[in-house]
Amino acid sequence: MPGKLKVKIVAGRHLPVMDRASDLTDAFVEVKFGNTTFKTDVYLKSLNPQWNSEWFKFEVDDEDLQDEPLQITVLDHDTYSANDAIGKVYIDIDPLLYSEAATVISGWFPIYDTIHGIRGEINVVVKVDLFNDLNRFRQSSCGVKFFCTTSIPKCYRAVVIHGFVEELVVNEDPEYQWIDRIRTPRASNEARQRLISLMSGTGSGSAGKEGGPLKALLRQQTQSALEQREFPFLTLTAFPPGLLVHVGGVVSARSVKLLDRIHNPAFVGIMGNTRSYKLLDWNSFNSDEPETRDAWWAEIRQEIKSHAKALGCHAVVGYSESTSICEEVCILSASGTAAVLNPRFLQEGTVEGSLEQRIEENLPVGCGFCHIPYDELNMPFPAHLTYCYNCRKQKVPDVLFTTIDLPTDAVVVGKGCLIQARLCRLKKKAQAEANATAISNLLPFMEYEVHTQLMNKLKLKGMNALFGLRIQITVGENMLMGLASATGVYLAALPTPGGIQIAGKTPNDGSYEQHISHMQKKINDTIAKNKELYEINPPEVSEEIIGSPIPEPRQRSRLLRSQSESSDEVTELDLSHGKKDAFVLEIDDADAMEDVHSLLTDVPPPSGFYSCNTEIMPGINNWTSEIQMFTSVRVVRLSSLNLTNQALNKNFNGLCENLLKSLYFKLRSMTPCCLCHVNFTVSLPEDELIQVTVTAVAITFDKNQALQTTKAHAEKSLQRASADNEEMLQFPLELCSDSLPSHAFPAAKEHLESASSNSGTPAAQRATSVDYSSFADRCSSWIELIKLKAQTIRRGSIKTTVTVEKASPMGDGNFRNRSAPPCASSTVGVVKMTPLSFIPGAKITKYLGIINMFFIRETTSLREEGGVSGFLHAFIAEVFAMVRAHVAALGGNAVVSYIMKQCVFMENPSKNQAQCLINVSGDAVVFVRESDLEVMSAQQPAVNCQPSCTGEVTT
Amino acid sequence: MTSELDIFVGNTTLIDEDVYRLWLDGYSVNDAVALRVRSGILEQTGATAGVLQSDTMDHYRTFHMLERLLHAPPKLLHQLIFQIPPSRQALLIERYYTFDEAFVREVLGKKLSKGTKKDLDDISTKTGITLKSCRRQFDNFKRVFKVVEEMRGSLVDNIQQHFLLSDRLARDYAAIVFFANNRFETGKKKLQYLSFGDFAFCAELMIQNWTLGAVDSQMDDMDVDLDKEFLQDLKELKVLVADKDLLDLHKSLVCTVLRGKLSVFSEMETNFKNLSRGLVNVAAKLTHNKDVRDLFVDLVEKFVEPCRSDHWPLSDVRLFLTQYSVSVHSLDGFRHQVLWDRYMGTLRGCLLRLYHD
Repeated sequence: MPGKLKVKIVAGRHLPVMDRASDLTDAFVEVKFGNTTFKTDVYLKSLNPQWNSEWFKFEVDDEDLQDEPLQITVLDHDTYSANDAIGKVYIDIDPLLYSEAATVISGWFPIYDTIHGIRGEINVVVKVDLFNDLNRFRQSSCGVKFFCTTSIPKCYRAVVIHGFVEELVVNEDPEYQWIDRIRTPRASNEARQRLISLMSGTGSGSAGKEGGPLKALLRQQTQSALEQREFPFLTLTAFPPGLLVHVGGVVSARSVKLLDRIHNPAFVGIMGNTRSYKLLDWNSFNSDEPETRDAWWAEIRQEIKSHAKALGCHAVVGYSESTSICEEVCILSASGTAAVLNPRFLQEGTVEGSLEQRIEENLPVGCGFCHIPYDELNMPFPAHLTYCYNCRKQKVPDVLFTTIDLPTDAVVVGKGCLIQARLCRLKKKAQAEANATAISNLLPFMEYEVHTQLMNKLKLKGMNALFGLRIQITVGENMLMGLASATGVYLAALPTPGGIQIAGKTPNDGSYEQHISHMQKKINDTIAKNKELYEINPPEVSEEIIGSPIPEPRQRSRLLRSQSESSDEVTELDLSHGKKDAFVLEIDDADAMEDVHSLLTDVPPPSGFYSCNTEIMPGINNWTSEIQMFTSVRVVRLSSLNLTNQALNKNFNGLCENLLKSLYFKLRSMTPCCLCHVNFTVSLPEDELIQVTVTAVAITFDKNQALQTTKAHAEKSLQRASADNEEMLQFPLELCSDSLPSHAFPAAKEHLESASSNSGTPAAQRATSVDYSSFADRCSSWIELIKLKAQTIRRGSIKTTVTVEKASPMGDGNFRNRSAPPCASSTVGVVKMTPLSFIPGAKITKYLGIINMFFIRETTSLREEGGVSGFLHAFIAEVFAMVRAHVAALGGNAVVSYIMKQCVFMENPSKNQAQCLINVSGDAVVFVRESDLEVMSAQQPAVNCQPSCTGEVTT
Repeated sequence: MTSELDIFVGNTTLIDEDVYRLWLDGYSVNDAVALRVRSGILEQTGATAGVLQSDTMDHYRTFHMLERLLHAPPKLLHQLIFQIPPSRQALLIERYYTFDEAFVREVLGKKLSKGTKKDLDDISTKTGITLKSCRRQFDNFKRVFKVVEEMRGSLVDNIQQHFLLSDRLARDYAAIVFFANNRFETGKKKLQYLSFGDFAFCAELMIQNWTLGAVDSQMDDMDVDLDKEFLQDLKELKVLVADKDLLDLHKSLVCTVLRGKLSVFSEMETNFKNLSRGLVNVAAKLTHNKDVRDLFVDLVEKFVEPCRSDHWPLSDVRLFLTQYSVSVHSLDGFRHQVLWDRYMGTLRGCLLRLYHD
């Protein structure tokens, strides 16, 4: 499907002074796409040039359209010497390729330079005319939509879930094509930015091909695999009603691998001894053998699969993969939640079942997902089961750990809270093999301790389930750090957790006894206080009614994991503490003492604040519209002498706690409010440095309504769910091929099948994917820029047309109103940003496309820019500004599911230099305030009855 | 464990009004933290000193980055880097351009040049305002002056348009620009009792009546420079005191009307000729730049002080000045009625404002 790309350069403003003599600039613009370049005239002597250029037209193939960014360079004309670059703008034109998304990109874009940051703005208009392809047998992924959201976006409905799409892209890092002394920072930075942008385009393009027929492809990673059909990996964390049947528990796998590092002279780059060589490791390794890497991941996924199987589950949801690299050692981690999904939603189920049957499939309200999926008599690990406290029919475990969001229909008592386990372990500096072995040996202990901490803190809060669990293990040269975050809740279906008992092993000393009882009292008090704070007062249930024994105070783990090292030796780690009663903490040594202390040092957030790392806070449902998304970064230097594990733990704990305290203080004017989607990332950029990055959103809520009972909440959410269904029925999603446009779902399905078999690819291809989150992580993360495996990509498999329904046709009308000439008014339109998939008090009416941006910023005048803090503060503010500008140019007014995937910061203060790489992504959307929406629908009730338009996308 | 880097960036830029004030007042981060601790914020919020330090640093960094934009406020509205709600933008600008009374009294009427900038050290010591804050205020004056000094159109409107200030603040700046341009002396000891408000009031009257803009609204510098022709013409008023008959007639006209109405009638009667001579001579001298500079000194010396030493109540001053101006219309031999009104109308307003303890 070739097309014509049209670009018009309108004007510039606030340009920097390039000519010292006149204090003015003679600016012109180069517009480049693929190998074609156009230039505007030089606009003499102005900081606010009005080029008002003709339409520059590029005739291009759709593959280029998807892969290539439009590259706009602003330069200062110089008659006698070379023209000076002012800065660049990269515009991803992907959103223009879906007919239902943006139709034009038009607006002011910040002009960005990797050395100077933002230098003025440029007004650009971009349009695309797509021609219908005559050759129907050509494969194209044009029209596959990518989302960052890990749930099905509100205006869409999943018709079929295909599975996991993964693509590994490998490329040379251009940084290392520059030899030490002659490296020119700007050229190198720009080359890297461009390449990464290009690769992410290629990655999504090829993933789109694999995921061909699926429309609302959410975040994902790919797996080529046959097994997929029986074993889907989904990165979704929230599910349409009825999809999630049972949850087994967290499954995870880790593997330590050794990278063959080839010595590369670029190692000693301009940044001196800083860390840019992380990229190098991958480069030298991967460019040679991407297949090996693929095999590593396949191995890990296989492991995850077997764990899930052991839990009686046939799917893994909330799945994610990550890597941590230090020198030549890397830890590959994968984790997810074993689950049983409603098969009708999966590809092998009948497509038409997706809607009507879902409703009749309804499970016992609010507790179905807690019921164990495995066989009671043949449990994979010792667990304590009771009858469900909600329906009394099925068995439930006593504690539940998951990586997904809390299902909307779950019955919860009280409110939830953020629970973190933090851990550091020193390790000896070592090389290669020895290093890998040392790490492998440490990992099981770390896993065990992280898990114990989580469990203890959960008990201390008086809660019985964890959602959104994310365990991050980071490897540095002389230490390992583990950070686990999750949101604790009290599920009404699960039994009340017991308390924590402290016991000393040597009970002969009177003062010691006293000390123990003192501690015990403190713990009991804390539990009581927490119960009050989080409003946990479950209804008393008498034993007879339940008909099951009172749960003994024994702790179970839903966690099943293994960990393998390069030798592929798999060791099962039993985290259920064997036969020992886990509630009893024995404090006979300093370590245990410290554990108890750290339990008690976690201070609850100040009054008016709640925090969670899931999308929404359980127990709060009356959000007001005020939101504040933020990123906070801290780097601390540890005093290098005589570090002990205890001191490290204390430091790390203090760092995280202080960071949280700072956030509460800064946002105090928003109370009552909740920090949602709190996302901590830890990295160890250098020997004694710890970097912690937090992104979250603070949302205010109405205190008065906050006291609703949970029951009312559950009812309300149910009503909402059914209302959603009705709405969807009104505007059914059509899935049809362009050859059979009038056929209903079954026909479409046939078509899919025939298409795929015709093209000779395995039918399993259909099972490729849903979901696109970590996919982007993978293929675009800085370290995994790797040569496109595209050569091996199966082309020409599936060809379909899909239509996607808007939630309401009004949204479109509204959008047109809004997208009226941008920047006509002098004030800059507000663009909201949030890591959540929704905007409180508003309805998302349109998804405009994915925003995925990469920036490199470098400075050689660090002190002058306010030191490292000033440098990074300005850079992050600029990144936000550029994201907002791109969204506004697409006609959007918000970014949802925003995530900062990478923030790699390197400094060399002695040279007065610093460099930072940032990768952010999110979904650009148009939203309408619910209050406005009501007004509108009152005014034009007829619109709802009109047949909805079918935005058809031909692929 | 030391913090190497510590930042917080919100999608909407967080502005803490209290910290902004401390920053504007020129306090260092450490001083600001100390002042915040003293305000009891730690007790209110349960925060620690470390948290406060980090928060203050963050705000200071933000303000530092915003400062460049605040130098040209329209830029703050159009920039994309900081997402700030309009009401907050207005607050940032207004506060940034707000100045201290003590400071402006030191600088008012002085040439806004490097030389004066060197005196800022002394001003800082004298007023107790930090040097940093003095610099900011001085640079604000100078920046506004540079931008509007050669512009046509209303001075207040120009300032409002280019600096987006509130009406009140724009008027104050107009006065500052007007005083700086005409270099009126305000620092003499006998003028110390006057506030900035007194001078700003006079400046506004003078801009309205004595500048080119008062007669022609299409001139460059119209509101900044005094109408030279008008000042030249003022010499004609001299006849009111030079011609003895005219002076006597003027006096008798005023005295007839005011007899019995003033508590200080006899003092007025004795002093009439001195006062009249003083007021008319001030007018006649305004042709020389130096005398223009001394306008306020002269007014205080020639009118305010004599009346004050005789304990004239303000109401009597008002009655006298009104009658003094009006009676001139009845002087048949005097032909410059319009000129007189343009002069006296403004002067009367000024004198009434200047007449206090």
